[in-house]
Amino acid sequence: MSSSPEFWTVTDTVKRVASGEISAVRAVNTLISRITNLDRELGAYLSTDETGALRDAAEVDRRRKENIPLGPLAGVPIALKDNLVTRGIPTTAGSKILQGWVPPFDATVVEKLRAAGAVILGKANLDEFGMGSSTERSAYKKTRNPWDTSRVPGGSSGGSAAAVAAGLAAASLGTDTGGSIRQPAAFCGVVGLKPTYGRVSRWGVIAFASSLDQVGPLTRTVKDAALVLQVIAGHDLRDSTSLDAPVPAFADAATGDVKGMKIGLPKEYFEGAIDADIRAALDRTIAALKDKGALFDDVSLPHTKLALPAYYLVAPAEASSNLARYDGIRYGKRAEGTDLLDVYRKSRGAGFGPEVKRRIMLGTYALRSGYYEAYYKKAQQIRALIKRDFDEVFAKVDVVLTPTTPTVAFRFNAKATPLDMYLGDIFTLACNLAGLPGMSVPCGISSDGLPIGAQLLGKPLDEVTVIRAGSAIEAAVGLGERRPAGIGGI
Amino acid sequence: MLTRKEVEEIAFLARLHLDDDELEKMQGELGAMLEHFGVIAGVDTTDIPPMTHAVPLELPMRLDVVMPSLTTEEALTGTPRRDGDLIVVPAIIVGTES
Repeated sequence: MSSSPEFWTVTDTVKRVASGEISAVRAVNTLISRITNLDRELGAYLSTDETGALRDAAEVDRRRKENIPLGPLAGVPIALKDNLVTRGIPTTAGSKILQGWVPPFDATVVEKLRAAGAVILGKANLDEFGMGSSTERSAYKKTRNPWDTSRVPGGSSGGSAAAVAAGLAAASLGTDTGGSIRQPAAFCGVVGLKPTYGRVSRWGVIAFASSLDQVGPLTRTVKDAALVLQVIAGHDLRDSTSLDAPVPAFADAATGDVKGMKIGLPKEYFEGAIDADIRAALDRTIAALKDKGALFDDVSLPHTKLALPAYYLVAPAEASSNLARYDGIRYGKRAEGTDLLDVYRKSRGAGFGPEVKRRIMLGTYALRSGYYEAYYKKAQQIRALIKRDFDEVFAKVDVVLTPTTPTVAFRFNAKATPLDMYLGDIFTLACNLAGLPGMSVPCGISSDGLPIGAQLLGKPLDEVTVIRAGSAIEAAVGLGERRPAGIGGI
Repeated sequence: MLTRKEVEEIAFLARLHLDDDELEKMQGELGAMLEHFGVIAGVDTTDIPPMTHAVPLELPMRLDVVMPSLTTEEALTGTPRRDGDLIVVPAIIVGTES
């Protein structure tokens, strides 16, 4: 364990702050200096809140001195994806249409983090409204992959993943609508956990596709992800789709014990074009888990190929409806126009970037009278078939193991068309369509020195098994103390 | 293949101003996507109920009680143009004063 806080785990930070070995103010200050030194190059943050962070850290130190019980994340410096609404801190969702908006309230997940003693460092970059897989679609800046700055960090939670990988936050929150936590986690060599749909409140989360969106942690260890999930999970009266289910002690599941665990290998996830290094890393992962007593079973999820078209019809349809609220009237940027309709059209035309416009257009097309049955309804029926595939597989196995992505992190501007970008999401989409918990865990390094992620998909509300399997992968083939060498000073 | 007129119609329905270049690009890009997604037409979904939500959920009800919420001032902090507690918009019916 290093004596400097930048790469401490969440558990270490909590322990050291609670024992008084380091003050929360010093721990937070160390990360603020690191952000000042490195983030100009990395671009993980859209904004930082140093004053607020130091005030909250001082409050943790005061409570400790006065023997007031500390929360489970006391003194832990955290980055938030900038589509999570923060009271008094600008929130843009990576879009020009929300430039300068300072929300008057905190999202439920932010309230919960604050109540647990976490210290919010700032807001992390993302593809505009979460729509993208490389963070290149942010309206503001480029985020670089800390392992190789000529490559993307993934997306849409690219800033959240890069910040954690580079030691510019102990943990972060992202959102995942079709892989936006797991894919950047894989590209940046960190752990990314998308909870079961409904496990975490979406109140105050800027909506992309409401039946698919979930908030979850990105961290450097599986146990850290479990600790953060523990804090943010639970029913919320303000989100009627949040589930009223008991929240287990997730961190206790990070035991690495997979003896007797039945793990399914869906053939559809291994038969397409996958980087040879990723295939080899998955083979080593499977062998290591076998050594630990896991039992493997070849399974089939026959509708896997249809997840991509189903997702890229359902998600844009929901987005076209959700983003109707950005009309320049109540908040956000307004363009001048001759009448109300003109104000709507010009505000939206000027405020949204090309990818958001594409998805609004695609979604509007799929929902249009006369096309609804052929596109939106059909996609929802396919969604039902995909869910049914998983139900059948989970009758036989406890968890499913796949690669998180078919390739490692790609270079900037590598995807020639929007469709090319979408095709990279093939392994992460079905999880959201079926509402399952999913996790990406680092499981090796490619010959180019880039991280590789293994994806675990679990039964609804069974994050515990996902965490247990993830901790076994981490112990056997994880990155250990290996850190990204892409940016200066790491 | 989408026609230019269809793309303009969708943009109007979406309340989205697109300039000529954007309309042209959109025509090609949306066309390519819809062609790719055309594969779903051949899938037999007879008797498969559409899945509208990720988890089975009864319509949730809540008690009809007042809960803390934003003040008027807080709710209007991000408003581009206001007059006291009102939001200013252009004329809705053309020919009237705003």
